[in-house]
Amino acid sequence: MSLLELGGVTRTVELPDDEPLHILRGVDLRLEVGDHVSIVGRSGSGKSTLLNILGLLDNPTSGTVLFDGVDVRSLSSRRRDLMRGADVGFIFQQFNLLQGRTALENVMLPLLYARGRDFWRRGELALAMLDRVGLAARASSMPEKLSGGEQQRVAIARALVRRPRLILADEPTGALDVETGATVMALLDEVAEDSGAALVTITHDVNVAALARQHYRLDRGVLSPVDVQRVIAVAGAGATL
Amino acid sequence: MSGIWGALNEAWQELRIHRTRVLLSLIGVAVAVAAITATVGLGSIARQAQMEVQEAQSGRPATIVFWASRTDGQAIEADRLREAFMAVAERYSIEYASMDYMMQQQVQLPDGALMVESRAVEPIFGEMHRVQTVEGEWFTEAHAAMLAPAVIINEVLWERLGSPDLRTHPTLELLGGTDRVAVITGVVRAEPWQREMNTGYLYMLADDYRSIVDPAMLANVYPNLEVWVPDDQAQAVQDVVVRDLRAALGENATVDAGRNDWGAWPQDPFLIMQLFVAGVAALVLLLGALGLVNISLVTLRQRIREIGIRRSFGATSGRVFFAVLLESVVGTIAAGAAGVVLAILIVRNDWLLGMMGIGSVDAPAFPVEAAVLGMACAVGTGAVAGLLPALFAMRVKVIDAIRF
Ligand SMILES: Nc1ncnc2c1ncn2[C@@H]1O[C@H](COP(=O)(O)OP(=O)(O)OP(=O)(O)O)[C@@H](O)[C@H]1O
Ligand SMILES: [Mg+2]
Repeated sequence: MSLLELGGVTRTVELPDDEPLHILRGVDLRLEVGDHVSIVGRSGSGKSTLLNILGLLDNPTSGTVLFDGVDVRSLSSRRRDLMRGADVGFIFQQFNLLQGRTALENVMLPLLYARGRDFWRRGELALAMLDRVGLAARASSMPEKLSGGEQQRVAIARALVRRPRLILADEPTGALDVETGATVMALLDEVAEDSGAALVTITHDVNVAALARQHYRLDRGVLSPVDVQRVIAVAGAGATL
Repeated sequence: MSGIWGALNEAWQELRIHRTRVLLSLIGVAVAVAAITATVGLGSIARQAQMEVQEAQSGRPATIVFWASRTDGQAIEADRLREAFMAVAERYSIEYASMDYMMQQQVQLPDGALMVESRAVEPIFGEMHRVQTVEGEWFTEAHAAMLAPAVIINEVLWERLGSPDLRTHPTLELLGGTDRVAVITGVVRAEPWQREMNTGYLYMLADDYRSIVDPAMLANVYPNLEVWVPDDQAQAVQDVVVRDLRAALGENATVDAGRNDWGAWPQDPFLIMQLFVAGVAALVLLLGALGLVNISLVTLRQRIREIGIRRSFGATSGRVFFAVLLESVVGTIAAGAAGVVLAILIVRNDWLLGMMGIGSVDAPAFPVEAAVLGMACAVGTGAVAGLLPALFAMRVKVIDAIRF
């Protein structure tokens, strides 16, 4: 049984005084534990929309989404929220750390929605995770006092602190310079590998995409596999996809 | 369990971050709670104080007063009347029954003779009217057995005698009829009006009074019989006692009875005051709640993204609702506690108590129910004020909130 399985997923939004917008047009995707997938595509091609569906934040207009073999549309929204909390970790382009809370409090956030041991030992677990991304010394710093790369490392710690089985990163290096982006990406790749979770990365950067083992391109709502190594060989490391 | 604790944790963090804004909005709530607690507390104290005055004068519920006279308007012979009264009280085992003579008594002061309002009663009268002494004690059976009559005077009279120490057995000369020297055994507090009018007051025992009074005077004194019975028996007792007194005193006597304690009044005399207080308080609180809702909604608009982030990390919409609701409630509980403390400080203020004619020493303790009510109002306001923002927060669309 796959961790996540999309079959013929479409997503259409009704616009007030225009034709309906077909953002996704029949996406099929199968994710196993330990997979590392990259998705590239032009702006507006529907990448974030797809990621929202993968992360149980949004429902497809048609098609099926099976999480652990369970059709997520048969679940109550509360059940989906709890499932997302336990099994999915998000990393955003703009980091999305909560302002006014320390790095440690930010990493503790997902554990506030956990139960039992994870909840009661959240401080300890969060600190260990911050240590894992090399920021234990900055535990009590506010996000606005951290550099972009450091903020994204805090966000990585936050996404992984509940040991999710699926990590979704929406342009995690988009707000970072090339070098910092590469370091952060290498770290994400490493911790995801350690935890055995599936990692889905949306990116514009070929080098970032190259870190993944399966590669897809999303073009006007249609998902298709690509061979990144060939792209690099043909156009060089500076190529865009 | 971890859900509640976690939500509390979130709420607390939120309050910490917006402390200035939250503090400002909570000042209104604290003031409103202080106003409610203070007015209710003050009302309750005033009510208590007023009730004590009422009870001292007219008795506790249900106090029934019986009076009798001859049909030609003359007073009935004192001993005969007393016998009839006491026989009836005994027949029905009315424990709390007292003769009550209200008269003027002339006393000798260092600077001359003075007429003072007086009342001659039985020792049990003290309990019936909850008479409190500030010096010495109320009449006991031991006083009744003393050779010299015992008197209890009010503070005004006592002070005019030079505030003598009661342990030295100070005396007071009673003039008129057979002059007698009485021993002062107790001092009662002067009512504010007595103090203002410089009016002396004196209690003596009914038996002493009958033995020293000028018989000619006695013909013009119409004593009452006062009984204190449970409220629900009042009417029955009144009926049988009147019937028996009529039988005992014969054809040419009229007997009447009535209640004059506040329990017999058609309406609670404090109700109007309390309704007024409640109305003002509700209005103040409503304004406080509106301010709070306003601030919550304004800050919430800036927090849509935060809520989206929380939701994407597993917060259910119910959890978001609860956490946002708790922010208001935790805040108003703190404000409520501050308000209650403020109210206690205000109400225990000497100047205010003085205005109500209550000394700070003998003012009743701050009413617990007022404090409880204040806290309940605070929590209620928090819940009501938090409801709208919480509903709003719950409906935040996650994908819209985290889109950039
Ligand atoms: N709820 C919605 N209502 C209307 N239009 C929407 C909605 N959600 C997405 N869209 C549109 O669908 C298209 C795809 O959006 P999406 O955010 O998935 O693109 P993307 O591939 O992530 O782009 P980018 O690389 O710029 O982040 C966009 O044109 C967007 O404006
Ligand atoms: Mg996007």
